[in-house]
Amino acid sequence: METQRITGAEAVMKCLQSENISTIFGYPGGAIMPIYDALYDYQETIRHILVRHEQGAVHAAQGFARAGGHTGVVFATSGPGATNLITGLADALIDSTPLVCITGQVASHLLGTDAFQETDVIGISMPVTKWNIQVTRAEDIASALAKAFYIAASGRPGPVLVDITKDAQFGLTDFHYEPCTEIRSYRPVPVPDVELLAEAAALINNAQKPYLLVGQGILLSQAEERLLQFAEKTGIPVASTLLGLGAFPADHSLYVGYLGMHGNYAPNLLTNECDVLIAVGMRFDDRVTGDVSRYAKQAKVIHIDIDASELNKIIPATVAVHADANRALELLFDLVNENQHGQWLQQFRDLEAVERAEVIEPAVFPDREKLNMARVVNELSTWNKQHQDLIVVTDVGQHQMITSRYFSYLNARTNITSGGLGTMGFALPAAIGASLARPDKTVVAIIGDGGFQMTIQELGTILQHGLSVKIIILNNHFLGMVRQWQQLFFDRRYSFTEIVNPDFVTIVSGYRIPAQQVDAGHAFSQALETLLRTEGSAFLECVVEREENVFPMIETGASVAEIRLN
Amino acid sequence: MEKQRYNISVFTENTIGILNRLTIIFTRRHINIDSITASETELKDVYRYTIVLRETELQVRKVVAQLEKQVDVLKAFYHCDTDIVYQELALMKVRMDENRMTELEQIIRRHNARLLSVSPAYAVFELTGHEEAINHIVADLDTFDLLEFARSGRVAVTKPMKTLEAFINELV
Ligand SMILES: Cc1ncc(C[n+]2csc(CCOP(=O)(O)OP(=O)(O)O)c2C)c(N)n1
Repeated sequence: METQRITGAEAVMKCLQSENISTIFGYPGGAIMPIYDALYDYQETIRHILVRHEQGAVHAAQGFARAGGHTGVVFATSGPGATNLITGLADALIDSTPLVCITGQVASHLLGTDAFQETDVIGISMPVTKWNIQVTRAEDIASALAKAFYIAASGRPGPVLVDITKDAQFGLTDFHYEPCTEIRSYRPVPVPDVELLAEAAALINNAQKPYLLVGQGILLSQAEERLLQFAEKTGIPVASTLLGLGAFPADHSLYVGYLGMHGNYAPNLLTNECDVLIAVGMRFDDRVTGDVSRYAKQAKVIHIDIDASELNKIIPATVAVHADANRALELLFDLVNENQHGQWLQQFRDLEAVERAEVIEPAVFPDREKLNMARVVNELSTWNKQHQDLIVVTDVGQHQMITSRYFSYLNARTNITSGGLGTMGFALPAAIGASLARPDKTVVAIIGDGGFQMTIQELGTILQHGLSVKIIILNNHFLGMVRQWQQLFFDRRYSFTEIVNPDFVTIVSGYRIPAQQVDAGHAFSQALETLLRTEGSAFLECVVEREENVFPMIETGASVAEIRLN
Repeated sequence: MEKQRYNISVFTENTIGILNRLTIIFTRRHINIDSITASETELKDVYRYTIVLRETELQVRKVVAQLEKQVDVLKAFYHCDTDIVYQELALMKVRMDENRMTELEQIIRRHNARLLSVSPAYAVFELTGHEEAINHIVADLDTFDLLEFARSGRVAVTKPMKTLEAFINELV
C-alpha cells in the first residue's frame, strides 16, 4: 500500500480531496492555523469561502448541502470559533443536513487546563451533532474524517464535528485514506419489512380517502420521481411539509398544498377526514399536527421513515415502516392498485376555492397601492413559472410563511429554509452556500428586516468572493411574526417588536452590491425585473405594509380542523 | 399509562463521551435515572450500561429508540423487573461497640451479609441483593452507628436466551 509521511494538517486536506470536497466555508484562528497553512497549497483544487462569522459558515454549508445534495464542510478555530458554530449545528441536526465541521483545538497536553481559547467543544456540541470526535494524534485523522463523512451523509443525514488538537495537526503521519463504508454499531440503511409494506398496500388499496403527506425525506432519499409515479398510479392527493416543498411539483393536479400552522386550508382541514394517512419522510412536527390528541384520529396511519425513533414518537402508526423513502415507495409501487379519487380530490379543490377567495386573491392582488408581502412573492413565483431557474432561500418569520404559501415550488431542492429550529439569520449565508452549489440557478434570498441584521455581515463574503445572490428584504419595520402573535394573543401589546432600521440601500451599496428600494405596488414589477436581470448579486428592499398578518393559522393548542382563515 | 420500574440495557462501543451522549437523552426529557452502572461485557470492547428508572412504557420505548439511534450504540433493550435477574451491592461500615457484638453478628447472619474487614474501631460488611433486602439491613442497623454506607446501582442480566453476540452478528 502506498503511503507517504505528511503532517496531520495536510492529511486533513488530502482527506477532503479523497472525499471530492470542492468547497469549504470557514474562518481561521490560532488553533486551526496548521490546517489553514496546508490549505494554502490546495487553493487550486479546493475553494475556501471566508465568511464573516462562523455561524455564517455553517449556514452557508447548509445551503450548499441542501441545494446541491453534497456534504457541507466547515473550518473553525477553537474556543469562540467553535462556540459560534453551535446555532448552525443545532439547525442542521433538526433539519437533517449533512455537514462535517472541523475545529482546531488547543494542543493535547493543554486539554482541560483552561488554556487560551480552550472550550470543551465536544461536550458543548454533543446534543447538537449526530456524532462528534476529538482527535489528538495525526495518525487518527484519516480514519476519523472517513467516519465523519460516512456518518454525516448516510441514513438520516446530520452534522458531525471533528475536533483536532494543534499537536495532531503538526504531527507527522503515514497517510492512507480508506473511505468508511460500515460501522458495526450503526445501520443507516434499514431493510424494509415486506410484510409491513404488504399491510400498508392493503390499507391503501382499500382506502376511500387516502392522503399522502411528504417531507424532506423524499428529497434526502431522492425519491421525487418515485413519489410522482406512486401518486399518479394511486391517484392519492399529496400535501407537503415546509421542508418537503419542492419534493412534489406544486403545479401537479394531485398536489393539494402546504401543511402546518400557516399552511393551506384544505390540506390541514382534510387531515381530519382522510381514512388512510400515508406519511413519508416527515416527522409530525408540532407545527404540522397542532393538537396531537385531535390529529387524524379517524385515520389509519402509515408512517415511513428512515429514522426508527421517529416512528410512533408523536403519532401512533397503524403500520410503521422503518425504511428509506425511495426504497419503500419503490416496493410499494408494485403492491398498490391503479386508482383515482376524483370525489375526494374535489373536496380539496372546493376548500381551496374558499381559501382562494377569502385569503389568496386579496393578498396577491391587493386593491391598495402600498406593497405587501404576498404580492412580492406571487410575482416572483410568476417569474419562476416562466423561467424555472430560481432557488428560494427564506429566513424565519412572516416573510418565510408567506413565501412558503405563495411561491409555487416546482422542482426539488429549490426551497431552502430553516424549519425545525427557525433560525433568524439563516437565509443570507444559506443563500451564499446555495449559489455556490448551483451556479446554474438564480438564488433568491427572501429575508425580514429583523433577520437580515442577524447575519448582515455576510454581505462581506459576497463582496470578497464576487458571489451571485439576489436579496429581497421584506421590510415591515417590525419583528413581524412576533408582532402578529402579540396582536392576536397578547392584546396588541407590542413589546419590543418595533424595529428601527438603518438605511439598507446605503449599507448594501457600501458592499458594492447594486441596491434599490421600492414601496409602491405599481413600481414593484419593474424593480423585481431589474433585480433578477442584474448580473451577480443585487439587492431589493421592499417596504411593505407594517401590520400585515399571515393567515390561515392554526393557533397553538388548536386542532388542524380548527384552522382559521382570518 | 402508569409509571413502572424499567431496566434499560444499552450496549455500546468503548468510545470517549458515550456516557454523556446517553445521559443527555434522559436529561432532555426530564427523566430521573434511579441508578446507572457500566462495565465491559462478555465481548471485548463492548460495554453495557444498566439504567434503572421509573417511567411509563411509552416513554421508555421512545427513550430506547433514541438511545439506539446513537451512532456508537450497538443495541438497547428495556425490561421490567420480572424479565431480568438483578442484584445490587451495599457496603456498610459500622462503629464497633463491645457490648453489642452478638447483636451485630446476628444481624449479619440473618441478612446473609458478609464480613469483609474488622478492626477495633469498626467493622465493614457487604450485602448483595435486591434493593429491598439492602433497605432491610439498613433499617436493622438503625440503632448502630453507621459510619459509612455505599451501594451500587443495579447490575442485571436478562432472562431471554438470545445472546448479545447473536444481536451483534445481525448488525454486521
Ligand atoms: C435567532 C432567533 N431569535 C428570535 C427568534 C424569534 N422570532 C421568530 S420570527 C421573529 C420575527 C422576525 O422578524 P423579521 O426578520 O423582521 O421577519 P418578519 O416576521 O417581519 O417577516 C422572531 C423575533 C428566532 N426565530 N430566531
